[in-house]
Amino acid sequence: MAEKKMGLHTIKLKNPPSILSTATIVGPKEGEGPLKDYFDIVLEDDLFGEKSWEKAESKMLREAVRLAMNKINLSPDQVDYFFAGDLLNQIISSSFAARELGIPFFGLYGACSTLTEAMSLAAMMVDGGFADITIAATSSHFSSAERQFRFPLEHGNQRPPTSQWTVTGAGAVVLGREGKGPYVTYITTGRVVDFGIKDANNMGAAMAPAAADTILRHLKDTGFTAADYDLIMTGDLAKIGREIAADIIKQNGYDITTKFTDAGIEIFDLTTQDVHSGGSGCGCSASVFGGYIYKQLINGNLNRIMIISTGALLSPTSTQQGESIPGIAHAITIERSLEK
Amino acid sequence: MMDYIWAFLVGGSICMIAQILMDKTNLTPARILVYFVTAGVILGAIGVYEPLVKLGKAGATVPLPGFGYSLAKGAIREVEKYGLIGAFTGGVKATSAGIAAAVFFGYIMALLFNPKTKN
Amino acid sequence: MEKRKENEIKNIYQQMVQKKVPQSSLIKDAIFAFVVGGLICDVGQFFMNLFLSFGISKDDVGYYVATVMVFLGAFLTGLGVYDNIGKYAGAGSIVPITGFANSIVSPAMEYKREGYIFGVGSKMFVIAGPILVYGISSSIIVGIIYYLVKVLAR
Repeated sequence: MAEKKMGLHTIKLKNPPSILSTATIVGPKEGEGPLKDYFDIVLEDDLFGEKSWEKAESKMLREAVRLAMNKINLSPDQVDYFFAGDLLNQIISSSFAARELGIPFFGLYGACSTLTEAMSLAAMMVDGGFADITIAATSSHFSSAERQFRFPLEHGNQRPPTSQWTVTGAGAVVLGREGKGPYVTYITTGRVVDFGIKDANNMGAAMAPAAADTILRHLKDTGFTAADYDLIMTGDLAKIGREIAADIIKQNGYDITTKFTDAGIEIFDLTTQDVHSGGSGCGCSASVFGGYIYKQLINGNLNRIMIISTGALLSPTSTQQGESIPGIAHAITIERSLEK
Repeated sequence: MMDYIWAFLVGGSICMIAQILMDKTNLTPARILVYFVTAGVILGAIGVYEPLVKLGKAGATVPLPGFGYSLAKGAIREVEKYGLIGAFTGGVKATSAGIAAAVFFGYIMALLFNPKTKN
Repeated sequence: MEKRKENEIKNIYQQMVQKKVPQSSLIKDAIFAFVVGGLICDVGQFFMNLFLSFGISKDDVGYYVATVMVFLGAFLTGLGVYDNIGKYAGAGSIVPITGFANSIVSPAMEYKREGYIFGVGSKMFVIAGPILVYGISSSIIVGIIYYLVKVLAR
């Protein structure tokens, strides 16, 4: 058995990479939410000085990466690999950002699970001795996602109560071989799970089984319980999905309810911001983790957390062809310090 | 004044039926519109929609089933006048103003305005 | 066997989800749709009466009303007002002909950035296209049936 492997699908990193810096850029609506003080940049206009929302999204991703590098005086030449993904067809936000950055690039698609997918790979790259510094970044944009997956913005339709609001946001995380923490210590990679949900307006329910599956496997593989974590955060099952996932996990003998939150619930005020079930999109877990959670780890409010980004792997074509929605979730454990 | 009351009641009811269908069945707006237009054509053809138009006036013609009703009525009228070819000319002729206006104003509005993000 | 067990799990899960899903508030939605839909029709009625008072014939007044209502729907869409009405009114603003205009204008505006030919020109019909396809086709069928009935009855 591979020396770093634990149980079925978890790995324990032997040389845990440290998170050196993060940067987040969010749109105006996110900048009015409860986490507004934790983001680096809140845009006044979500076109970000560009001619289209796709261009704006790519710029957000690119600038988040640049900002994260600038914070620790890093030049692009010092970064070995750049892992990024987004929701747009052919992940254009990420590749077009990589075009400007000039860092060797792995483009990823994991829908909203892309943040932890990118961080998993970026961490393994460093842990395995293939890189000194890697960057993981993701983005999403309400308006570019809306036109690709749903209706034109000016179309007068109603959103059902189960629907989620795509977050306009981008986040970048710099990982390095040497640093003072927090550290990425465990990685549990998700399987694609599909329990037959077909309603594209209820993605929380489509992804909840995948999130529960990954969390349960992580706990079984490592022997941890909820007591070992200060916080377990999925991103983004939103309100309905979180409840369902918590129920499934409970039915399987683990009670994580008190530690369990979701990035889609944290980023918006669900009662006043008219987002229905909560936020979604790659940018949601990226901005909540990179903005809020990372700062809680640095100042010691949190010591040991698990982040599980969850993705709904559907496309407008698959929905029209009557396919159900496959979900995926990747978990990573992050610890403030390594003494234990 | 009665015009307005009946238009309100008939038009409002048609919209309310559509709303209940949308809430209960998860049908998207585009599907509802297709069903309602087609229903309008059929109801218009068998003469069921006509009394509703008499009663509700704009209340029955402004909603999309009224569009279907005009299509059917136009097709039948032209068949009466010109024979079989009327089936092809009648419907579009009767609804030509609405369709042409939608295309033309659609283009103009696209020239003039940009879409805005929702809050 | 495996397949059956899988389907069983899926069924159980879907029932579990059904219980968790909040329902749209049907009564509120229906009232909003009724009131807004009714008011839009009253606007139509106003223009109908207005044009009739100008001496336009009863047969032609429909053309005028349709044109004006489509313009209003298109203009409110351009101003960015119609989607906000739709958020509350739902079918109340989708089903009237102003909603048909909205379904043509909103993609036309949205896809402007992909150019005037393949953006505006072709995407204009992504939502409204099926309405025309099914409406016109079924009216042709109605016309043909009417013709056949007429011929046979002779």
